[in-house]
This record gives sequence, structure tokens and C-alpha cells, in this order.
Amino acid sequence: MNVKKTALYQLHKNHNARFVEFAGYSMPIQYSEGIVKEHNITRNKSGIFDVSHMGQLFIKYNDDITDKLQEILPTDLKNLKINQSKYSFLMKENGGIYDDLIITKMKDQYMIILNAACKQNDLQIIKNKLNNQNLDMNNDLSLIAIQGPESKTILENVVSNISKLKFMNGEKFSFKNNEIYITRSGYTGEDGFEISLPNKVAISFAEELILKGSTLIGLGARDTLRLEAGLCLYGHDINENTSPVEANLKWAISKNRINDNFIGSKKIKKQIEEGVSKLRVGIKPETRVIARESTKIFDEKDNEIGKVTSGTFGPSVNASIAMGYISNSHSKTDTKIFLEVRGKKVPANVCDLPFYKKSYVKGEANV
Amino acid sequence: MSDTKFSKEHEWITLDGEVGTIGITKHATEMLGDIVFAELPEKGSNVEKDGTAGVVESTKAASDVYTPVSGEVVEINQSIVDDPSKINADPEGGAWFFKLKLKNKSELDTLMNKEEYDKFAKETST
Repeated sequence: MNVKKTALYQLHKNHNARFVEFAGYSMPIQYSEGIVKEHNITRNKSGIFDVSHMGQLFIKYNDDITDKLQEILPTDLKNLKINQSKYSFLMKENGGIYDDLIITKMKDQYMIILNAACKQNDLQIIKNKLNNQNLDMNNDLSLIAIQGPESKTILENVVSNISKLKFMNGEKFSFKNNEIYITRSGYTGEDGFEISLPNKVAISFAEELILKGSTLIGLGARDTLRLEAGLCLYGHDINENTSPVEANLKWAISKNRINDNFIGSKKIKKQIEEGVSKLRVGIKPETRVIARESTKIFDEKDNEIGKVTSGTFGPSVNASIAMGYISNSHSKTDTKIFLEVRGKKVPANVCDLPFYKKSYVKGEANV
Repeated sequence: MSDTKFSKEHEWITLDGEVGTIGITKHATEMLGDIVFAELPEKGSNVEKDGTAGVVESTKAASDVYTPVSGEVVEINQSIVDDPSKINADPEGGAWFFKLKLKNKSELDTLMNKEEYDKFAKETST
């Protein structure tokens, strides 16, 4: 299979990107600055992320579209306001997750942002559910995220009036006479925006952002940023065999839908009522040792009680950090655990997420 | 550093009497990216040529550090354990890893000189 390229590929190349294959796409893992510097630039100033490999699915409204979507997503779409976004899951019968996604209720259609590795499978599932109607996986669009404290000012210099957007809300704007759609969202734990725009203006848009003071950031720093923010990476921290309840993402299931019917709802309801046997938690090793994915977790009596699903070094917290699933009886904050790294048991503690405090902006109503 | 020898695993060694100082090459650090963790052998332990003698981790992955020659570890550089970013900053100078009392000096003959290593590094990097 040919490795795909995003519309920003040449720009990455011009900025000395080191490429890696990710979900069938050649994506920048880092640029010449390196992961730690790119991470810090995003936390302290502003970073640009090419996330065009993700799926942008548009579904035109008709009479029963909301009901049908509510059968596969545990989110209250009926009370979603126009231009509002929600984090949700494409649910599996066993209560597991086919994909995690962001759904936005636009004026005349839903927009769903899907993970690159899952998007084709997701499309099949959604197509089957909706009997093929009015579905458009738009490959003529790019997706650019700009994240970090200075991003608002920088983006405002390129597209006027974006500052009015509230967190998890979007709106149509224009760039060089092209319609673009911007939401105030992201996956770094920072204030930021995600811009859906035509491929043909993607490079010039990113170049404008660079000119106004932002910097291209690779997937390497995206991973350390999202892990510090306690956010899940699909295929690692959540998958077809983890439920939103086990993943500690119960908050993303709308309260008025818990007793409703959706795929996997029986299992979810049971788990909420009776509890779960394993739970996703934050893990902080006591040393700088990094506990990578699949590292085994033990209790003080040397019983295996879980596995790490993501682990790295968090530059902003200057410590080794990890997430993983652990037996519910050991999931309380500050529980002492041990991680088996290269044959040695490294002491660690269960901790609250996120590792790095979020600074999302709720919106400036008076601007 | 004309007396410096290099291994195919991207370690360097300089000799001062019976004691060799070992670290990883600048080329290795460029391949690894930002190093955020380092583990060194214990002082007093014996290591065998081409055996594992430590670990470095970047934000992306872990890599073993091998010793290019056999010997007894007589000193370790604790400062790179405390601040692994020093390895990226000065890999072929202040950020040495450990010092060995060599068991068999002739093992040095199996290693590359600077010119040979530079060529090797260039050919093997993708």
C-alpha cells in the first residue's frame, strides 16, 4: 500500500521534519527543534499540528439522523446546541470502543472527527447504521490544530473574531475567500483551536500562522502533551475491549442517556451500577525510569494487578508519567504499586489525572 | 580525540593508561532525539565486550548501551543520570557514561577510528 501524504507534506519537508509512518500516512514525528523543545513551545507559546490524517465525516440532517446516531454514540445529541462539540465514542456491542471522536452539530450537518487508524472501519459502521445516506468523508479538507497560550492572539491575526469562540464550540469563518470551520478545542491540555479548511489553502494558512509567531510541532510532542493532560490515545489507552466506564471516561456519557438504549448500553449501565474490575488511572514512578506500554503492574505482595497503556517522560512536569489499567481495588490515589521495567520492580504511585493542569478557556463573552 | 575509538553500536572510548572512558557518539544522540533517562552499570561490576552496560531512553523509545571492551567499572558519571539532557548537549565530552579498567587492551583493535566510524555512521543512517 502506498503511504499517503497530507496537503502539508511539503511544508513539513521544508521545515526539516523527520517523518514516520502513522496510520498509513507519512507524518512528521518532530522537526529540527526536537520533541522536548516542541513540547515546551506549545505549553509556553503556540504550536501548529497537522492532524489532516484524521477523518472528517459530514452527515447531512434528515428526520431520523439524530436518533440513529444516538444508537451508536452515548451522547445526548438532541440537546446539543448548533456549533457545539462533544467528545464521544463509537460504541461496540460489548461496551468497548470502536473509536473516540468529536462530534459537532453544524447548521445543516453533523461533523465527526475520527482517528486516522480507525476512520475506514468507522465509516463502514456508520454507513451500515444510516443505510448509506448523506455521508461524506471529505478528503479535500485538511485539519490544522493550533495550541498553546499565545494561539488565540496568533490565530486572531490571521482570522478575525475567533476569540469569541467558547471551549468546545465552533463557527464558520473565511480565509482567502474560502469557507473554513474553526472549533475551540484540541488535545494538548492547552487553550487552542482546530481548523478545518480546503487542502488548497492549507499550506498558506499554516505559513501565515508561522509568520505570526507559531511553530510547527510533530507527533512526538503531541504524544507527550496529551499524556501530560491525561488524555487517551486510541489503540493504546482505549480500544474495543475497554469500556468508557473502565477508561474513567464516564463523564463523556450524557447523564440522560445512561438509562437509554444505545449499542453497549446494557454493559455500561451494569458497570455504572455494580462497578468495574479494572480502571484507567494515572501512574507516577518514583524515579525517572519510563514505564512504556505493556509494562506489568504489581502490588506490594507481588501480585500482578494491571498493565501500563502509555508511558513517557513529561517535560512540563519534569518526571516520568504513565497511564494504565489497574484492578479496581488498587485504583485509589496514592496507592503504592510496582512497575516491572527491564526485570526490576520500580516503585510508583497511583495518581490523579491530569499530570499537567489544563488551562482551557471557557470563552470571553465580553470580547 | 584522535585516539578515540568507536564501536558499531555507536559508543566511543578513550584510553588513559589502563582506564578507558566510554560514552555514546553525537551521531547516536542525533538518532535518539531528546534523552530523558539514563541508567549506568554499578561501580565495581564487571562488564563484557559488546554486553549491555546501561540504558538510555528518549521520549520515544529505550535503547541499550553496550560496552565496546571488557573490564571493571571504576567510575560512573552520576551527573548524566541526574540530568540526562547533558547527553544531548555534550555527548563526546562531559557526558561520558562510565570508566573501565580494561581487561584486555587488544580488544581496542577491533574498534573503528574516527574516519572509519564517520563513514560507517553515514552509511548506516537512513
